[in-house]
Amino acid sequence: MGIFLFNLIAFFTVACAVGVVVNRNTVNAALCLMLCLMGVAGVFVMLDAYLLAALLVLVYAGAVVALFLFIIMLLDAQGGTRAPFRMATAVASGISLALMLVGVAALLARGTFAAEPLEAAVGPPVGSVLKEYAQLLFTTYLLPVQVIGFLLLIAMLGVIVLSKRFEGMEDIR
Amino acid sequence: MTPGLESYIGLSALLFAIGFFGVLLRKNTLVIYMCLELMLIASTVALVAFSRFNGTLDGGVFVFFILTVAAAEVAVGLAIIVALFRLRQTVEVDKLNHLRN
Repeated sequence: MGIFLFNLIAFFTVACAVGVVVNRNTVNAALCLMLCLMGVAGVFVMLDAYLLAALLVLVYAGAVVALFLFIIMLLDAQGGTRAPFRMATAVASGISLALMLVGVAALLARGTFAAEPLEAAVGPPVGSVLKEYAQLLFTTYLLPVQVIGFLLLIAMLGVIVLSKRFEGMEDIR
Repeated sequence: MTPGLESYIGLSALLFAIGFFGVLLRKNTLVIYMCLELMLIASTVALVAFSRFNGTLDGGVFVFFILTVAAAEVAVGLAIIVALFRLRQTVEVDKLNHLRN
């Protein structure tokens, strides 16, 4: 049952990811990205990371995809009638995709992961309790939390500077 | 019967490869950006899987940080794209070749 569910979710996720890449219309690509993120949230649920699944849906599928759609409509960049890629680029990127897949397949086929009975090592689900995340975030990872907060502040200031027109300061361009 | 670690790693690698393919293939900056997001998400799948199969929470905490950095990155990147559009009236990367001359 678990394997069937995983295969279903994985197929859905990969199909939506391919949809992001090959879709001619940018709005459709953004909506495919949202569906793909839903699939990834399902994978997180299968891994007992319920909190991360909820956060993924809220932050990514909610905020980030909405921002993408907003920018697409603001710039009116839906794609139009031009071809979305050139043939030479398609061949080159297809070759690199094949190389990457061959590398991963070789790694998986060598049996490095399957050598240990990982099924037995799986303990109780630790990622489902908010309290344990909070414990880690405010003890071990307190400094990274502060740094991330500062990063968000800097990003906010940067966006304001980027999107504001400065009159009489054309020399800073 | 649950899927093993290698299934999750395979899914993560496949998603990453598709995102990489999209970054190389597409000409629209916004689609390239979406494919970058896809690659970030693929890495979080691997982190959560390793975290679950090792019985620790550290991978999940790293996913928190990745989500935050990705949100900041999207905000700044889309602002840059909008500024670029105001300057050049296009978001296609093959038309943004002013460094070539």
